[in-house]
Amino acid sequence: MTTGLQLLSKVPGGPIADKWENHKFSVRLVNPNNKQKFKIIIVGSGLAGASAAATLGELGYNVEVFTFHDTPRRAHSIAAQGGINAAKNYHNDGDSVHRLFYDTVKGGDYRSREANVHRLAEVSLNIIDQCTAQGVPFAREYGGLLDNRSFGGAQVSRTFYARGATGQQLLLGAYQALMRQVDAGKVKLHTRAEMLDVVVKEGRAVGIVVRDLVTGEVNSHSGHAVVLATGGYANVYYLSTNAMACNVTAAWRAHRRGAAFANPCFTQIHPTCIPASDEFQSKLTLMSESLRNDGRIWVPKNANDNRPANEIPPEDRDYFLERIYPAFGNLVPRDVASRAAKRMVDAGKGVGPLNNGVYLDFQTAIEQLGVDVIEDRYSNLFEMYNRITDEDPYKVPMRIYPAPHYTMGGLWVDYNLMTTVPGLYSIGEANFSDHGANRLGASALMQGLADGYFVLPYIIGDYLADYLGDPVVPSDDPVFTQVENDVRGRVDGYLTAQGSRSVDWFHKELGKVMLDQCGMSRSEAGLQKALSDIPALHEEFKADMRVLGSNESLNQSLERAGRVDDFFELAQAMCLDALAREESCGGHFREEHQTEEGEALRDDESFAHVAAWVWNGDAGQPDLVKEPLEFENVELTARSYK
Amino acid sequence: MNVILQVWRQDGPQAPGGFQTYQVNGISEEMSFLEMLDTLNERLVNQGEEPVAFDHDCREGICGSCGVMINGQAHGPQLGTATCQLHMRKFEDGASIVVEPWRATGFPLIRDLVVDRSAFDLIIEAGGYISVDTGSAPDANLIPIPKVVADTAFDAAACIGCGACVAACPNGAANLFTAAKISHLNLLPQGQAERWTRTENMVEIMEHYFGSCTNHGECEKACPKSISIDFIAMMNADYVKAKFKNRRLVSQI
Repeated sequence: MTTGLQLLSKVPGGPIADKWENHKFSVRLVNPNNKQKFKIIIVGSGLAGASAAATLGELGYNVEVFTFHDTPRRAHSIAAQGGINAAKNYHNDGDSVHRLFYDTVKGGDYRSREANVHRLAEVSLNIIDQCTAQGVPFAREYGGLLDNRSFGGAQVSRTFYARGATGQQLLLGAYQALMRQVDAGKVKLHTRAEMLDVVVKEGRAVGIVVRDLVTGEVNSHSGHAVVLATGGYANVYYLSTNAMACNVTAAWRAHRRGAAFANPCFTQIHPTCIPASDEFQSKLTLMSESLRNDGRIWVPKNANDNRPANEIPPEDRDYFLERIYPAFGNLVPRDVASRAAKRMVDAGKGVGPLNNGVYLDFQTAIEQLGVDVIEDRYSNLFEMYNRITDEDPYKVPMRIYPAPHYTMGGLWVDYNLMTTVPGLYSIGEANFSDHGANRLGASALMQGLADGYFVLPYIIGDYLADYLGDPVVPSDDPVFTQVENDVRGRVDGYLTAQGSRSVDWFHKELGKVMLDQCGMSRSEAGLQKALSDIPALHEEFKADMRVLGSNESLNQSLERAGRVDDFFELAQAMCLDALAREESCGGHFREEHQTEEGEALRDDESFAHVAAWVWNGDAGQPDLVKEPLEFENVELTARSYK
Repeated sequence: MNVILQVWRQDGPQAPGGFQTYQVNGISEEMSFLEMLDTLNERLVNQGEEPVAFDHDCREGICGSCGVMINGQAHGPQLGTATCQLHMRKFEDGASIVVEPWRATGFPLIRDLVVDRSAFDLIIEAGGYISVDTGSAPDANLIPIPKVVADTAFDAAACIGCGACVAACPNGAANLFTAAKISHLNLLPQGQAERWTRTENMVEIMEHYFGSCTNHGECEKACPKSISIDFIAMMNADYVKAKFKNRRLVSQI
């Protein structure tokens, strides 16, 4: 199928280091007195959404924020543990904006847009300053200055952290800045309000349709621009490290209204999560990547060695990351670490009651640094591990295994973070822009805050300037009424199915298909099978789901039905994308494309592009449009961490 | 293992509520408390009964969404643990467990175990921030902060806003929640400029929605982050000072 859509990245000209500066100067501005004439709708209140809302409110725009949570502070950014990268070079170890840029492009396996990544590295400096000024209690050294640690894929210490709760502290900073604007009357907050559609009139985004989760009422809200900051879609796998409510609905509804969806198959399976323990498991818990600073990963040398860890002598242990990747050791990037762990478990060397994990061992670090230092760095993570597994990681090694964690793919955006629908923006994890095929640790927080605090507020004026003096499209315009009716019809449909199985049952089944066929390792045969299984399961879902209760009061099963419905369509796009991308890169590993040692084999000749999928009414056959990626500043090489 | 649950069911704020008894058999002690509720809900749906509504999200003890009274204790029997992190191995086989929503006037009920905690947002809105517009911050290392100060500020900032402190308090007071935020910001050099106005404004909004503290200390015991009631003492001290200082703002600090 073909489509007339052209993807214009709008990357400014000039040397990479000057592009953002020049661009800021060349875009049009809205003068301070005129900003109050514009209304901006922001969906989502995580790091990206809250920081954008606060900043746009400070600038004088009228902002309305929508979140399906009971308060903005619940957004899943809160669960990020390890830290946030910034090229401050406070440790004099040779860091620089260019090095952060280089590491991020390389870490993303050369599938991101250079200019976006460079901008991200540039504004990383401002983020740390801003958050510190807000009172974010970053870890400090005894002299009172900020401390750093190392994360995977980097050979410098550039990660700022607040114990094991960096995401929480950064989100609370953004949330507090947001509440300050609520107090100032510049931001209006709508909680327990779920966006269920975007309204497009004459090709432009003019508002959204929202369902009140407590009363079931469906209402329209109009604005001059709409910003989606609605996070990623790793919950398509059912078992993931995402919070239970994370979903793709806002992004997918936008996709169905014309926004291209880029690289859906680029998903990150995080290496250090607590292995699943049984069928009832509702989610997987991440153990921060920062643990790999001091923990050593190993498995027994011999398959089926079921001795307790402490009884396995050093000569019978295989510290496989240190052995295979001596330069980076336990700090190789996430995709590399995850695949190595999978190979070990597949070879029968898995540990734990279900033989589904590898060890993350702190014994060496405790001997070298003392238990106090380890406690200071990781006590809250160790406690969490202990609460979940009933094991004490100070005494026995942790057991870990990879789990779906983050999605690099998302709504396609140009350099201005605008989707293919004019006036519709996407920021944070919801867009595809900065991480290529694999995200480095501590870069998600950086990107969310970069987009919200320092990128979107600078460039949104360029779009708005054309509409100065224009009122918003009134929310009783027929275009809104039409979409409202669509939404009501959809919601009622879930209630009338009256089948025999719960929504969660279908979600679990979908998750199993996706994890098996479109997870850490993908093959043509597996993807073809998934592409025949998923639509069949989707049909069964529509006919046989059982949602009880009514639309007029809080109904959590009804909320989930809509989200799972969209996951079914997204899952097909992921498999189609994975099938079309005949190469292995980053988190996308095609079994047909690997080196003799089992490492990913990229094909820059044919696949150095962004694959953007365009909705045409058939979830099984969307149109594919490609944005070629050009690398002028980073040389494409085989990514080696040896 | 098997447990007998008595769960508070209520269709809406105005509807009458009451306990329903459910026998939940064949659960694993490796389950979290919420996974046990998931299992109950799955069975209820299969039987054609509406599932129990409860708030939850991250299930890692950090988002603050979840929280129910378990046998009269906010978040249940395990110290420093949110409901989602509580596991069934902490209960005896055959145990009888009473599950109720947070009980506090400041948290009106929405449905079953779900309550409205938006009054917490109003307390933050009253001053739980440092006024610094984006872009106006100096270099982060310009202000050295002694490690012990940063660490103590973090201890206070660890609050997840779940509301267990209010639910556990015989007076339904929100002093631990409010004190945690006030102390986090008041301890740091960046927070000094607004220290006295912040304290006065936040405390007064708090008192509008919640009961008064009489130092029972139940909040600290219920807090999933074990936040110390010492912070309430700090807040009280700052509140008294604020009553004087705010009259002559120019002579503060």
